[in-house]
Amino acid sequence: MEAASVTGGGRTVLVRSPLTRLPDRALRWTLTVLAALILALIVYFFVRLVGQAKPALSHQGVLGFAFEDSWNPSAGRFGALPLVVGTLITSFLALVIGVPVAVAAAIYTTELCPRRLRTPLTVLVELLAAVPSVVYGLWGIFFLAPKLRGAEQWLADRLSFVPFVGGGLVTIPNCFITGLVLAIMILPIVSAISREVMSTVPSDHREAALGLGATRWEMIRIAVLPYCRSGIVGGAMLGLGRAIGETIAVTILIGDSPKMVEHLFGQSYSLAAVIANEFGEATGIHRSALFAAGLLLFVLTLLVNGLARWFVVRAARIDAPPRPEDHARSGPAVLAADTIAGA
Amino acid sequence: MSGPVGSASPSELLSRFSISPSRRRRDRLARGTIGAGTVLALIPLVLIVYYLLEKGLGAWSTDFFTTDPTGSTFFKSSSIGGIKSAVLGTIEMVALASAIAVPIGIGVALWLVEYGRDSAFAKTVRFFVDVLTGVPSILFGLFIYIVLVIGTHSSYAGYKGSIALSLLMLPVVIRSAEVILLLVPGGLRESALALGAPRWKMIARVVLPTALPGMVTGVLLAVARAAGETAPLLFTAASTHGTSFNLGGFMNSLPVQIYNDVTSPTAAVVNRAWGAALTLVTLILALNVIARLIARRSRLT
Repeated sequence: MEAASVTGGGRTVLVRSPLTRLPDRALRWTLTVLAALILALIVYFFVRLVGQAKPALSHQGVLGFAFEDSWNPSAGRFGALPLVVGTLITSFLALVIGVPVAVAAAIYTTELCPRRLRTPLTVLVELLAAVPSVVYGLWGIFFLAPKLRGAEQWLADRLSFVPFVGGGLVTIPNCFITGLVLAIMILPIVSAISREVMSTVPSDHREAALGLGATRWEMIRIAVLPYCRSGIVGGAMLGLGRAIGETIAVTILIGDSPKMVEHLFGQSYSLAAVIANEFGEATGIHRSALFAAGLLLFVLTLLVNGLARWFVVRAARIDAPPRPEDHARSGPAVLAADTIAGA
Repeated sequence: MSGPVGSASPSELLSRFSISPSRRRRDRLARGTIGAGTVLALIPLVLIVYYLLEKGLGAWSTDFFTTDPTGSTFFKSSSIGGIKSAVLGTIEMVALASAIAVPIGIGVALWLVEYGRDSAFAKTVRFFVDVLTGVPSILFGLFIYIVLVIGTHSSYAGYKGSIALSLLMLPVVIRSAEVILLLVPGGLRESALALGAPRWKMIARVVLPTALPGMVTGVLLAVARAAGETAPLLFTAASTHGTSFNLGGFMNSLPVQIYNDVTSPTAAVVNRAWGAALTLVTLILALNVIARLIARRSRLT
């Protein structure tokens, strides 16, 4: 301050006139308004969706809508339980099939494969994310489903003693095929996040394990996997969020039968598929019920994704440096999650 | 070296420190399983590409790209028409969607990096952008339906589809632009400010040009994502047969046409779906490849 008062005359010269500061302020306020717009948009969406869903929810009761087993638009019954169950079964099936494969691919590319193969392998797995949902549906229904039908029937016969799995007749659109195609669709995102997290494992840890005489697998088991557990869990949950919200491929593959799932190789329905399928013809309370299904889907994906982010961010922060760089560090993993297409 | 190691003969050493057969077996088994898993992950890609090429190339012809679908489902493949309106519709709608999403997305990213930083408000915005990323695409369709179809008592239109797609693109553009903007060295910003440049000039002349190639990559990935989406268009742009340059009317698009054709019982129509699918995948792959090439040339990594 003392120095400033000595050269006091110069100070006023350096201060910009309000007019030249105008563009600065304008830019700042425009950008702030844009950022606030995102918030307003989502809140507005939620409010409008609740408003549209209200007639059906009051007709059916909130709990009745979510937990009643009767989706029968012509009879005016809208219990979404079969849809919720169909959504969850196919999504979990996708996780069970997809996550081990995705994690294996991630381990192979980060820990085992020759350096030259690393980039091509990564790109190949990520190419799966570039295939649009409708193409997965097309491929699944005309190629995969007919090819696998025999194997599925064999499996269903062998497993006939297991309730909900075996027994019945295998239909061409069914839950299992839906889960399988969903597994392929979530592969790239789960794999990308696992790979991202594995690359944050300090090489000291790996070298320490190897130096103590561990084999490659033991090194992966002691040094790599425990370090990235929460990141992998987060990646899997992001995949689950994708699977729950996936619409078009599921609509084509699941068979669109609004009854409770009887067995794994039978037809079912999902929340997203019912909207895509019935919205065009729906009127009145039926349309409102579809908005309610959308609301349920929104809440479900919000919960799953929130949990997933929490895991991923926690993983990225394990050895995080001081605060300001926090989100720069979680950047790559989150970016990978965002830029990989497929929802 | 002293101690037990120093006094042992080489063969003794080898037997003492070599890995027991059971551990070696387990290592080999685990590596084999991991390798098999990786191969398993690549099989679907091979199958999809192979089947797409086999079925899709058979459907491709000059007529396929230069005629509109007729809507007829006769068994003769010549009468069902091609995919011209779908290709043009997709390009028009995605272009408009980009024109909406890119300026807003980059603006929000700029605010987050240059002004918001770690403030509570910026954290809230980041959280909501993450929320937006996780919203299933069909819900964007529902949202635009509520606001622009019910809300204005009008019907479906191409521009409504574009807005739904732009909502889908927004989080991708914001997140990728933010990461790139964070990579712009602080020294560059400080030099500009030290030379007396006002903040807006610093952003316009230094930050944006430095970050441009990286941001283009993010934008192209977002465009690729939007181009493949069916669900947000179903209740916003609907579908039609003829080529249209009027974004205020119904509009055809590649994904929606494929979706409609899949359910057809006619073999020729399903074939058209394969041809359209190959076209769509080629388009999206081209965007991805260009994005990666630009990313490689970017100075910020």
